Formats: sequence, C-alpha cells, structure tokens
Amino acid sequence: MALTGLVLAGFVLGHMSGNLLMFKGPAAINEYAKWLHDHAGLLWVARLTLILSVVAHIWVGIQLTLENRAARAGGPADEATRRASTASRTMPYSGVVILAFIVFHLLHFTFRTVALGGMTFGDDVHAMVVAGFSSKPVAVFYIVSMLLLCLHLSHGVSSVFQTLGLRNERWRSRLDGLALAYGWIIALGFISLPLAVLTGCLK
Amino acid sequence: MVQENEKEVTLALKLRVWRQRRCQPGAFEEHALAAVPTSASFLEMMDMLNEQLIKAGKDTFAFDHDCREGICGMCSMTINGMPHGPLPGVTTCQLHMRNFRDGETITVEPWRARAFPVLKDMIVDRSGFDKVIQSGGFITVRTGSAPEANNIPVPKPVADEAMDAAECIGCGACVASCKNGSAMLFVGAKINHLNILPQGQAERDRRTLAMVKTMDEAGFGNCTNYGECQAHCPKSITLDVIAKLNRDYLRARVKEFFSSTGKPSKGGD
Repeated sequence: MALTGLVLAGFVLGHMSGNLLMFKGPAAINEYAKWLHDHAGLLWVARLTLILSVVAHIWVGIQLTLENRAARAGGPADEATRRASTASRTMPYSGVVILAFIVFHLLHFTFRTVALGGMTFGDDVHAMVVAGFSSKPVAVFYIVSMLLLCLHLSHGVSSVFQTLGLRNERWRSRLDGLALAYGWIIALGFISLPLAVLTGCLK
Repeated sequence: MVQENEKEVTLALKLRVWRQRRCQPGAFEEHALAAVPTSASFLEMMDMLNEQLIKAGKDTFAFDHDCREGICGMCSMTINGMPHGPLPGVTTCQLHMRNFRDGETITVEPWRARAFPVLKDMIVDRSGFDKVIQSGGFITVRTGSAPEANNIPVPKPVADEAMDAAECIGCGACVASCKNGSAMLFVGAKINHLNILPQGQAERDRRTLAMVKTMDEAGFGNCTNYGECQAHCPKSITLDVIAKLNRDYLRARVKEFFSSTGKPSKGGD
C-alpha cells in the first residue's frame, strides 16, 4: 500500500503541476503535451509504472479490506470511536470513487470517447479541456472526486511514513498536518481548472 | 460536617450483558441493578449482579479477572463499545462506578475479534497472544543464579524506552478496539521491549520475523493506522512501537534476503 501509494501520490503532484500550464495560455499547455508525446519511450515507462502501481494498490487494498473485515468479526454492538479519523475509516470508499473517476477521466480526455459529443481536437489540448469542463455535471464530478482524493491523501501520505517505520509521536501530528496540506494542494490545483471553466475565467 | 456513617451515593443501573456459550450464538440479556455504590469498581458491580442472580437461582455471568489492581492484564470486557470502558489509560478493574450516571444503561460484552473466540459470556480465548510470545517474546539465556547487574551497560534512555514498552500487560484491548482486529500494538510493544536492549540483540531479526508470522497465522488483522489501539490501551502504549516494529521487520526481511548461505553457488566459479 505504502510504496504504490507513494508512486501515485508523486504522480498526482506532477500531473497537477502540468495542468496549471492551462492558465499560461493554449500555447504553453499544447507545447507541454507535444513534448510529452515526443518522448514516447519515457512516457510509456511512466505509464507502465503507473498502471502497475494502480493495479497493485487496488489489489492489496481489496485484500487488506477483506482480511480486516474478517478479523474484526463484526465488532461490538455499539461501537465507539475515540480517535480514528474520518479519512482513515473511509479509505476503501474514497478509493472506489477515485477509481471510478480515473476510468471516466481516461475515457474523457485520453481516449476521448465520452462526454465530448464526438468532437475532435487534434493536438489542441486547451480547447479539449475547456470543452470537456463546459458540461456542468462533468465538472462537478471532477471537483467532488478531487475533494475525495484530498481525503484519501490526508490519511495515506502520513501512513506511508508509519508503514516504513519513519514516524513517532513527535512527528505524527506534524506528518498528519503535512499530509492534509498536501491533499489540499493537490485537490485545489486540480479543482482550479473545472472551476475556472465553469466560472468563465478560462475560455 | 461529614458524618462517619453518612450514606454513600448509589446508582440504579440498567445492564445489557452478553450471554454466550462456546460455539453457540450469543445474545444480550437485560438486568436491573440497584444500590450500586459509586466507590465500587466495575468488577465489584459485576459481582453484585452475579450475587443478585445467584439469589434468584439464575446462572451467573462469567468474566475474566485476577489482580484487580490494574497490572495483570486479565480483566477484559467491552463497556459501551469501549474496551476497558470510558476512561483512557485504565483497566476495567480500576474503572469505578462514579464514572457512570444514575439510571444509565450500560452495555457489557466480550472483546470482539476473530482471533479471540468467546469461551463463555465475557471470557474470550486470548491464547493467540501466548502463541506470539512463544514464537519470540523472550531472550535465550542460561538460567541459574542472577548475573551481576552491571555487566551489560544499558543507557538510561534505552532502559526507559524498553520499560515504557514493557508496561504492556497483554490484555488485548488493542485488538478489541482496532477496527481491523489487529494485534500490532501488542506485538510492537514486545518487539520494542526486547529489540532495543543489548540482551535482545542476538535474536533480534529472528524474533521479529517469527512474531509477525505467528501474529498473521493467529488470525489478527492488519494495521491501517486508525490509532484506536493507542486511545484504548490501559497502559497508554503509543503507535511509536508499531513504527519501530515496521522498521525492524523491514530490516530483518532485507537482511534475510541478502543473507549468506556460506557455500559457493553452483557454477559460480
């Protein structure tokens, strides 16, 4: 969970930073997209790493959830929670929504088979994104998914340190704070795009 | 002025208590109990309930207890959904009835975890912990007369840290409070206790690998960093011991992977 999670948490930072080029104008984002496609070898190494990480992350996550449910054997009749955060208790659920989002997102912008009304954009990424977020339900789904990603990261990023044995009581609250900040940075960075298109700031 | 024979404050309680015979499905039974002194411990309250049941010719409730002074780790019981009840850092036997309100309904049930099957009522089989200890919770030394205490110097901070971990009384509240039924806090405490002392070094890696393997085989769940165990531990053991367990486990696995067989490989020369 930790190692694959680390790869994925690093990826979303890179992806989010690239997205922000949208605000520099069509030329910047289109050049960046072209640069990525010109380095097909590297791009495929990155893609394969991501695919393997996602598959492993989901596989281990399912195993973990099933094993832990069985080990709990139902739990007490009226269960009390003293400390476990909402984020920690909803990891499988936020994970499932994020997975659904990833599938939709790939069909939307990578394979361009849904929600774009059969439009073709060629290499104009800028126009594609603006058209993609012009649909209100689509933009709202993106925003909600990114807020759930923030929740997922706020528990996951701090847990990486615990799993690798690099955490103690002194650092626990600091790392929890850093993880929450990281989650918000990623989420707000991603959300800025659909929000800008929805409010008409990005055309 | 306080009179010597002043009547003590008492509570009238409604109790929902778990009744179960081994391998049979259990259920809650409801009982009313009056005149419970606020100075009574939770176990003394349970004794009162049992006496009331005996007088009425009914079956008593079985529950584990031993020292009744908070150091043996024998008492258990999940009280209102919380192992050892509502007070943090306290065992059931040291929980007093002044922490409850008059007229309150109190739910009493056993530890809930697959690795701790119910034997009777509130008594569960905690031998999973014994198996973990047998697999590595010891140091191998020749016994006999006590050795000279100062032969092996132990730095004070290390001794303190080991003592903090050794506070674990093995009651199982960590497993019972964990939403995954995980025993990582218990195993982490034992690992921390022995792996940082000079006397524990010889068997450090073997101990760590064996205890984790036994823990998994005993049917405990996995840690997903909820932190409930620390919040319910009657000895306030912290998650630090789990981080240390993870660290030592990784170290032991890496060393095992690259360990020498002592023989040349076939066709290597």
